[in-house]
Amino acid sequence: MKERILEVRGLNVDYGLGPESVRAVRDVDLTLHRGEVLGLAGESGSGKSTLAYGMTRLLPPPGIVAGGEVIYTLDDGSTVDLLRIRDADLRRLRWSEIAIVFQGAINSLNPVQRISTQLVDVLKAHSARSTPKARQDRARELLGLVGIASDRLHSYPHQLSGGMRQRVMIAMALALEPRVVIMDEPTTALDVVVQRQILRTLVELRERLGFSVVFITHDLSLLVEFSDRIAIMYAGQVVEEATSADLYRTPLHPYSDGLLHSFPALKGPRRELSGIAGSPPDLRSMPGGCPFHPRCGRAMDVCATRTPVLGQSTAGRSVACWLHPVSVG
Amino acid sequence: MRNNPKALTGLVALGVFVLFAVVGPWLAPFDPSTRSNDLLQPPSSAHWFGTTHLGQDIFSQVLVGTRSVIFVGAVAGVVATVLSVLVGVTAGYLSGSAGEGLSALSNVFLVIPALPLIVIITSSLPETSNLTIALVIGLTSWAWNARVLRAQTLSLRRRDYVEAARANGESTWRIILFEILPNLTAVIASGFVGTVLFAVISEITLAFIGVSDAGGWNWGTVLYWAQSQQALTQGAWWWFVPAGLAIALLGTALSLVNFGIDEYVNPRLRTRSSTRGVRMRVGFTPVLAKETS
Repeated sequence: MKERILEVRGLNVDYGLGPESVRAVRDVDLTLHRGEVLGLAGESGSGKSTLAYGMTRLLPPPGIVAGGEVIYTLDDGSTVDLLRIRDADLRRLRWSEIAIVFQGAINSLNPVQRISTQLVDVLKAHSARSTPKARQDRARELLGLVGIASDRLHSYPHQLSGGMRQRVMIAMALALEPRVVIMDEPTTALDVVVQRQILRTLVELRERLGFSVVFITHDLSLLVEFSDRIAIMYAGQVVEEATSADLYRTPLHPYSDGLLHSFPALKGPRRELSGIAGSPPDLRSMPGGCPFHPRCGRAMDVCATRTPVLGQSTAGRSVACWLHPVSVG
Repeated sequence: MRNNPKALTGLVALGVFVLFAVVGPWLAPFDPSTRSNDLLQPPSSAHWFGTTHLGQDIFSQVLVGTRSVIFVGAVAGVVATVLSVLVGVTAGYLSGSAGEGLSALSNVFLVIPALPLIVIITSSLPETSNLTIALVIGLTSWAWNARVLRAQTLSLRRRDYVEAARANGESTWRIILFEILPNLTAVIASGFVGTVLFAVISEITLAFIGVSDAGGWNWGTVLYWAQSQQALTQGAWWWFVPAGLAIALLGTALSLVNFGIDEYVNPRLRTRSSTRGVRMRVGFTPVLAKETS
């Protein structure tokens, strides 16, 4: 068994307080092991980003973490609960231990500052004793890591293409050699060719530097290809979690199955693209029982009344569906 | 606006002032100019705000004066707003020498010191009435809003939907009225409210230094007489406090309405109503205490 690095237990995230609050993430359990790529997939509004920002406490108001634990294992083996530690400690952990690549590099880079300034800034903040020369060298090295020529160091963001800007964001996230990198749809705005280049860079870097990745996307085909494990989210809950090979070959939850049949495979036999009828439920008035049952082609009577929980099914995989009852014990 | 206490308070207070402006002269218990034998009396049940050195009722003066203040504020506000929209939006939308010319015109008006100019104009006019004062204030105070509107229009005119309208062959007037002006509504509204406040204060300042509607009353005239008869040294606080408070209240009401417009336009300025002891902070999402561990 691989070493756990980040463990989410029973995480609940709300938007708003009191009776008008909406639960956007519900009882999520996730485990991230050292050096693995964990994919988070689901439709728009399924709570992927909310989960990622909730567990790092980066969710802007009116977001609120309503309960749960996020256990992070430090280098020396001791653990901390990210939801309970002091703000100063959390600030120290951020970036140096857990880094985030945000959605949309265009908006994340300051348009009036050079790339070098923005890269050096974080180095200066976290290692105050380093010399300006050393920081410049490190910034150059970081750009080299993501495949950008070092003469681009003093460019402004608008002088770079979208793909390059996204690479700069990745380089920036890696600046302090974090052990966990959370990527929120880092390639959504890019074309498939650039997407592929960036992902290849990312996989290489992970092998070299040994960090773990939580990769959020709605592009399941992308995840199947390069992540180790995939968690499928629906209406704020994880409905299935499996290795990507297992998930691709035999999706257990009808929702995962639907997602996988929403895009064509390049190889293999031709198959009907089915997609998923309907739209995700309104989080303010969730259907009783399994949240997916109104859209599910294989719904049974029990689905409308009782909520399935995520657990080890008889098939030995984690799934929340009455088709695959949880094995007791 | 209903769930915006600031704007609601401002609108209610403003409504009360407008109501007094309409019915004040009929409500006033005395003619504000009539002299009586109650000289320099402090507030009493007969004279709520006391009397002047000539025995005039100050309550009636303030009440009757409200009409002139609101009238000048509203007329000057409308005149200045219409001018600023005409000049500002046109200057922003038109390129070339026409736009530059209008922009230069508003720049010139911007650097002219308004109050001395108003004093000179009003003193050279054959008669000084509320209408002429309002018009002079309106004609001299549009430049600032014109600048703001020009800047906004400049940023709007190259937006894609405006370009699309132009490509569709819509007329310049239609583009300005239907594509650009609706985007400026909030700026125009808050500019109007600000100008009304400026006009009210200008009118009162003018009256205070003696330039006012002949024979008419406004809060500035009350203060003018209080000043010239040394109300402060005589300890006659009731002479200037009511008019001063009325000015402060009207100013507050207009500012509150302006805040309301700002919050309506920019939801980020809205104060969150119920946080129930949970401190919302960007970067540190609050974690609710666990009920059971």
